[in-house]
Amino acid sequence: MAKKLHSFEAETVSERGGRGFWSLAWLRFRDDRVGVGSLAFVAVFFVIVFLSALGVVASHWNEEVGIHDAPPDLWGWLTPAAPPEAMGNAAQRAAQTMENTQHREALRPSTVIDPLAETLMQLQRERTDGALSESRVVDPLAETLRILGADGATPSAVKEKSAEKRTSLPLGGDRWGRDVLTKTIKGSQISIAVGLSAALLATLLGTLLGALAGYYGGRTDDVLNWAYSVFNAIPYLLLILAVAAVLQQRGVMTVILILGLTGWTGVFRLIRAEYIKHRGREYVQAAHAFGVPDRRILFYHILPNVSHVALVKVSLLAVGFIKAEVILSFLGFGVAVDEVSWGSMLNDAYQELILGRWWELAAAGGAMALFVTAFSLLTDAMRDALDPKIREAS
Amino acid sequence: MNAPNTPVPTASPALFSVERLSVAFRRRRQPPFVAVREVTFTINENETVALVGESGSGKSVTALAIMGLLPKYVAEVAEVSRVVYRGRDLLQCSDEARRRLRGTEMAMIFQEPMTSLNPVFTVGYQIAEVLRLHKGMSASAAQARCVELLDEVGLPEPRRALVRYPSQLSGGQQQRAMIAMALACTPRLLIADEPTTALDVTVQKQIVELLKTLKARHRMSVLFISHDLALVGEVADRIVVMRHGEIREAGDAEQIFSSPRDRYTQALLQCRPRTDDVPSRLPTIENFMTETECPPLHGEGWDGDGDGDGVSIQPLSPNPAPTRGEGSKAPLLLEVSGLKKSFYKRENLWRRHEIPAVKNASFTLRRGETLGIVGESGSGKTTLGLTLLRLHQATGGTVRFDGNDISALSKEAFMPYRRRMQIVFQNPYASLNPRFTVGQSLLEPILLHRIAADRKAATELTFDWLRRVGLDHEAFDRYPHEFSGGQRQRIALARALTVEPELLICDEPVSALDVSVQAQILNLLKDLQQELGVSYLFISHDLAVVRYLCDTVMVMRDGDIVEIGDVDSLYQNPQNVYTRQLLAAVPRGRDQGAGC
Repeated sequence: MAKKLHSFEAETVSERGGRGFWSLAWLRFRDDRVGVGSLAFVAVFFVIVFLSALGVVASHWNEEVGIHDAPPDLWGWLTPAAPPEAMGNAAQRAAQTMENTQHREALRPSTVIDPLAETLMQLQRERTDGALSESRVVDPLAETLRILGADGATPSAVKEKSAEKRTSLPLGGDRWGRDVLTKTIKGSQISIAVGLSAALLATLLGTLLGALAGYYGGRTDDVLNWAYSVFNAIPYLLLILAVAAVLQQRGVMTVILILGLTGWTGVFRLIRAEYIKHRGREYVQAAHAFGVPDRRILFYHILPNVSHVALVKVSLLAVGFIKAEVILSFLGFGVAVDEVSWGSMLNDAYQELILGRWWELAAAGGAMALFVTAFSLLTDAMRDALDPKIREAS
Repeated sequence: MNAPNTPVPTASPALFSVERLSVAFRRRRQPPFVAVREVTFTINENETVALVGESGSGKSVTALAIMGLLPKYVAEVAEVSRVVYRGRDLLQCSDEARRRLRGTEMAMIFQEPMTSLNPVFTVGYQIAEVLRLHKGMSASAAQARCVELLDEVGLPEPRRALVRYPSQLSGGQQQRAMIAMALACTPRLLIADEPTTALDVTVQKQIVELLKTLKARHRMSVLFISHDLALVGEVADRIVVMRHGEIREAGDAEQIFSSPRDRYTQALLQCRPRTDDVPSRLPTIENFMTETECPPLHGEGWDGDGDGDGVSIQPLSPNPAPTRGEGSKAPLLLEVSGLKKSFYKRENLWRRHEIPAVKNASFTLRRGETLGIVGESGSGKTTLGLTLLRLHQATGGTVRFDGNDISALSKEAFMPYRRRMQIVFQNPYASLNPRFTVGQSLLEPILLHRIAADRKAATELTFDWLRRVGLDHEAFDRYPHEFSGGQRQRIALARALTVEPELLICDEPVSALDVSVQAQILNLLKDLQQELGVSYLFISHDLAVVRYLCDTVMVMRDGDIVEIGDVDSLYQNPQNVYTRQLLAAVPRGRDQGAGC
């Protein structure tokens, strides 16, 4: 229990007097290594998003620069597993395997990058051995793939085109041969913009209404609480669909509005509770005693003291909305077809995953995980730095 | 009778000793903060030892170190330290052994009974838990013992109290339940950390009496921790005075009160206002600590009438201030008649439940005088203050300020009066906006009421007020958290005074402050009154402070004014039973011959 004491030196008084609130907050933030690290990550993302929005990078994300489903090479780190000819496109290969089981052996090399290949082959072997060899129940995608293959991507066409196109890309290519890297960058731009704007909208709305409800109480509170209850009583997806139906168009703006107009309720509750707490505080009473107008007390006196709650909520909402956008895209209410977001990429990727095309999922998922984690940690650190109650002594 | 192991042969009188205890807290990027330094004392069997000191003196940390409750990841105990209980050094024991000691051999009660009881379990369950864990009692046996215990600590209807939740009990009852829990396994040592600080003065007296009887009955030793020297004087056999983590003085209670050797102890004794006599000005700790020469101590004891440093302690006038109270011809500033304030709790959609906070209050206040409002928690004294300022809307009655009826004015028409009456709150940590610099806080009322011509003049004015309350103008750009409690209260005072009010309502302005700081703020209030001629409405639960500062006193109970009168006659000859009870409950420490 008893431990050695380092030194019994007198307490050093911290000399931080006279500094402004923000500079003090920055001093505290600087001490937080995790916070600074996550700030760096988020900053990198923002720079990329900014450049992408200006059209400096990733403006040609929609061009088919590589062959279909070009494998990733990570700038040469990773040797592409198979020659492009053998790769072919998904439809062709699937069709081939369906028709001709003898070709299985020839296709073997490509299976190195296909984690499901073994299983697929197993399935096929069972099928050929068994009586149900012609049944298509086993592979629900086979029919679709065959149609796709028949549609235009005939083996010869593929061969011709792929001669001019790159056979491998840094992060691979998608079904149409678009570069997954530029797609991810463009997707980051849309997703982060959607997530942050929607979170800001929702927080703004929730803070404003929560402040009014919590500060005035009584009738105002009753009415706003009623609105809150209505919004909360309707299942979330149903509400989103309803708003989407009213707005009648697809696109980034619509997604922001949908998420913002439905997501304010959580912020409302939190901010309302904070205002109820603060309106009885003595510094607010002192302001009343001087006859400070209500508007000024609401937004000049109390708001800075509860802003850390809103700040944390922005980060949680941004993260949630980035994920919600995936669901919206999945349901067909997301970004338009000529736009790309992490959500639409994930939506594309899940169909290809079963065929072993993991790179689009990895790119979109990785970017999303990285940003979401860094952003959460950053807002956490910001909250700690901005909270006046956490003193310098810590 | 139910001591588990027969006591060690009586040869060793010291049940418990703390030797060279040092505790340091680790800090990031800074050397560790030493909270307790080389503290040594002993506690004998059946003895009460008191640890006395102001906030930050290390008294609670000492108690936690004895109990082994300090968080290990921040607190380090020095290697040389020893905490010996019956010949065993507890610091060398395993955590498990110490855990078994806690509760059975030593128990602790805390300052805030509300937060030290778990709100989601019944009182009976929490006490029974101790019995089941330490004594392995069955549920029914534990319950029977609980009833005994609750009866012993004086809870009315112990069987019913058993199934109550802490929130259904009053503060005093909660503290009794806490004591019952601590007593459950009849510990040899009871540590009471500020057990009555959160309680009203009459309840405090009951709890202290209870602790005394229990100690005698169970032959326990008690370590009583408090900031209140007078209170400690009533319970302790020996007193240890601490400051900044070190022991300043230790000795028998009689000796500490009659002939304190240490300057700090002397200061503590002297700077606390008393109910039985009123100096014209309170000495402060600085007066004692900054003097280089030691004031010679007289055999009869320390009483401040000219020992050495006559600069700081002015001689006590035998009959204080003949001009106080009656016979004042100053014009009336405030006339309140039949003021009523009720709160309403909605029971359901149609019915509201009325909770009267102030019932029919009538009184007057003259210019430049001070009216004290005394009462226990829930007596309505704070509500009265807030209602006068229209921070609460009055339910009925009239308030006349400087001859004008202000009770029915509209919000706009009341605006000029917001300049003329101001308020200072109890908690200096909550009354300043933490996100505003001191300058912002002070400038706002000046600019709002257009007191200064422009911002520059306003800034000059705030500098002036900061100087008047004894602060440097450097404070202007700082944030409240950079100041101590006393300094914050000065800032709050300066803010209220910026609009040059004629009436200042002081709602417990010194209750949250240390004794030495209290004296400074009280002196400051007195000086400012003389300088500015402002009237005070001084709300307090502390009768001694009210005695020191006020001309007239009003005693409130449950929203009623039970007695109102001139300060000297009310204290010397209280008419009302309740007033007498209140006065009798004020701790007086030891009676010292010279009538200090």
